[in-house]
Amino acid sequence: MTPTPARASAAAAHALLRRTRCFAAANRIRTASRAFSSAPAGASEPQGPEKVGGVRAGDDELDVAIVGGGMVGLAVACALSNMPLTKHLRVAVIDSNPALKSTNYLKKDGIPDSRVSTVTPATISFFRDIGAWEHILQQRHAFFGKMQVWDYTGLGYTRYNSRDVCKEYLGCVVENKVLCNSLLLRLQEQKEDIKKMVYPTRLASLAFPSKSRNVGVAGLKPPSTEAEELRRSNLVKLDLSDGQTLYSKLVVGADGSKSNVRQIAGIKTTGWSYPQSAIICTVEHTAANDCAWQRFLPSGPIALLPIGDNFSNIVWTMSPEEASRHKSMSPEDFVMSVNRALDFGYGPHPNSSSLDHYVERLFSDFGGTAASTKECFEVPPRATGLISERMAFPLSLMHSHDYVSKRLALVGDAAHTVHPLAGQGVNLGFGDAAALAEVISEGVSVGADIGDLSLLNRYENDRKAANVAMAAVLDGFQKMYSVDFGPLNVLRAAAFHGAQYISPLKKNIISYAMGDRKSPLFS
Amino acid sequence: MLRRVAPPLRRALASSAVQHRGGARLPDPGLSSPHALPPQWRRWASAAAASSLPPPPPSPPRGPPRHAGGGSAASSLNPAEVAKFAAIAETWWDAQGPFKPLHLMNPTRLSFIRSTLCRHFRRDPYSAKPLEGLKVIDVGCGGGILSEPLARMGATVTGIDAVDKNIKIAHIHAASDPTTASIEYCCTTAEDLVKENKQFDAVISLEVIEHVANPLEFCQSLSALTVPNGATVISTINRSMRAYAAAIVGAEYILRWLPIGTHEWSKLVTPEELVLALQRASISVEEMAGFFYNPLTREWSVSDDISINYIAYGIKKSEAPSATPQ
Repeated sequence: MTPTPARASAAAAHALLRRTRCFAAANRIRTASRAFSSAPAGASEPQGPEKVGGVRAGDDELDVAIVGGGMVGLAVACALSNMPLTKHLRVAVIDSNPALKSTNYLKKDGIPDSRVSTVTPATISFFRDIGAWEHILQQRHAFFGKMQVWDYTGLGYTRYNSRDVCKEYLGCVVENKVLCNSLLLRLQEQKEDIKKMVYPTRLASLAFPSKSRNVGVAGLKPPSTEAEELRRSNLVKLDLSDGQTLYSKLVVGADGSKSNVRQIAGIKTTGWSYPQSAIICTVEHTAANDCAWQRFLPSGPIALLPIGDNFSNIVWTMSPEEASRHKSMSPEDFVMSVNRALDFGYGPHPNSSSLDHYVERLFSDFGGTAASTKECFEVPPRATGLISERMAFPLSLMHSHDYVSKRLALVGDAAHTVHPLAGQGVNLGFGDAAALAEVISEGVSVGADIGDLSLLNRYENDRKAANVAMAAVLDGFQKMYSVDFGPLNVLRAAAFHGAQYISPLKKNIISYAMGDRKSPLFS
Repeated sequence: MLRRVAPPLRRALASSAVQHRGGARLPDPGLSSPHALPPQWRRWASAAAASSLPPPPPSPPRGPPRHAGGGSAASSLNPAEVAKFAAIAETWWDAQGPFKPLHLMNPTRLSFIRSTLCRHFRRDPYSAKPLEGLKVIDVGCGGGILSEPLARMGATVTGIDAVDKNIKIAHIHAASDPTTASIEYCCTTAEDLVKENKQFDAVISLEVIEHVANPLEFCQSLSALTVPNGATVISTINRSMRAYAAAIVGAEYILRWLPIGTHEWSKLVTPEELVLALQRASISVEEMAGFFYNPLTREWSVSDDISINYIAYGIKKSEAPSATPQ
């Protein structure tokens, strides 16, 4: 077998190899000669495409059933089909979205969709590993190397530059439909017949195997039909709304924050709604925008993200009443409102102030300030026109108590939703997808049942900490900015300045936002 | 020689004994549902579930003659037997149950076995089924928690155990997955298979040797079961002070992972003794590794510290054993 590009799985293999090396050290009593040459090559049958040994499972029996063909669900499918140990698994994606039939690149001209994601370098390297990033590069995307964050009090701002962390870019803005399409195209390259893999229908009901299988029953009489029944009684039964029934060793719930799968499995969630809604839309400038802008306003943050050509994407968080007002006002008024919010609205520009002076003096002792410390505050490019629908949706924080149960794993928004203020939600979802695929691959390597709870627990342990930490950081940010109180404003500003001037901290914050797993403060 | 076999076996016996003492308490709530059983048994099951008194033994547990379970003639089982096996099978395969330590350790043992067998038989470690076409025997297979993963890795697995119940449990559990349904389980001993001249590409016996009466003879049997140039893998517990502290005081008395008395200090085997015993049986030990349990992460990992749990991989010499091995 040739070395594959799938680095993710190679990591698993590396782990194996690493252990192997340590055996050599372990081996004190080992004889000098390694009789490998005399070892038989085995009954060397070449490794053909894996078939289920002996009994052939029916077409309706799967290894992994992914409910929900959104970005994260497709990423799980794509990651599995790219790793040497998991590519033989029978995987299905259940989703009625007609976009899953696409076989072409999406046109780069035309107006970008307003549903976009800011993907971090960590997500980009995951996409590279699974071979989907090339397809993104063929479609609309916008890298950005600069980021400016400031707030309405005019006391602080910070500018991040990819040079600070010696990278070419801080992230990339991609339309959600492009992310989905790229994963789909990659799957088509991997699986000769993707139509068999995608079930264009919805999940009607789901039945998990009862805790005590009817072991006794089928043990008594194993004629073939009963053997089949026994086998299936050990799998999850999925009834689809088109009348088909599937059986699977593992169900992956990738069906969003209102996950049907999670509800059927009876997994509880914790969370709260923010008294906020987000408005998203696409706007046009007279020149291209190459920086991600975010300004904290009294009602919530507004973000202006480059999406290629002269277009930018707006994500504006505000109270639900304000949101509905902004949604219904005339496009001209809305554009004015946006420009105001990104400029002098609500407060002055943060210019060099007495506070600045203090902070600079305070932190200059720490030495080695980041290069961009000297960078001046800039005003974001003005929007000249609104060119898409405005969409508003309520915001909430939700975290599932469990990510896994026997034969079930939840990924992405089905397991957790976070405040969208730093565009981290989908990156956490891709992190889930990568971790789940990795754990399944490890399970295959040691011959585990891939629906086994003790295996899936490793996925949960891996992801829960990362997701909760991010949710808490974002929730903290949201809470911090939902109070307009003088002293707190100064503290916030000081924090901004701190971030701006203490370069190691700043680097850590950038790395964390870019998808490194370390917490920015305790590293 | 294998009459007193693996701790798993003892544990299985111990757990069934506990159930007897505690009356007909069925260990798994799901099992108490009468619908889980075919109609002709429901009466017994519901009666048993309702009764809190120590019931008369439904039927003598040791009643069925040996030959009934030796093969796979599962259809001759009586209802009480099957229900009881189902109950025990659930604990064998309950990762939180009495066999938890083995479940925790299993992936670590398997990754060692996988990588050594891949190198030994020159198989592609990136393959999902690297052991395809290899005949592997799991001596002292218990409920099959090692046999099933080996089968999923593609091996043609034979699992043997001296305790009939374990074989039945293993058989029933394996039937629920097409890849493991092909495992051949047999209630027999290594010695008996040697008499039948059976041979395997790889012979694996984990956590067994510390329970056999004569480790030397046991090694001879394992060797006889291995084809020339085949692989033998044995794991056990060292007879060291650390092993005494961890495996006997820790696992049996403090953590209560294992029933007290599972391991007898004097019967534990040191790596040196194992290497010598295997050498006399014309198996040269090529590699050894230790298993290390981290109580904080609750995970096992492979290490080079063989002072507690350890595993050895050896190659059966191709020539006939000489008369005076040194």
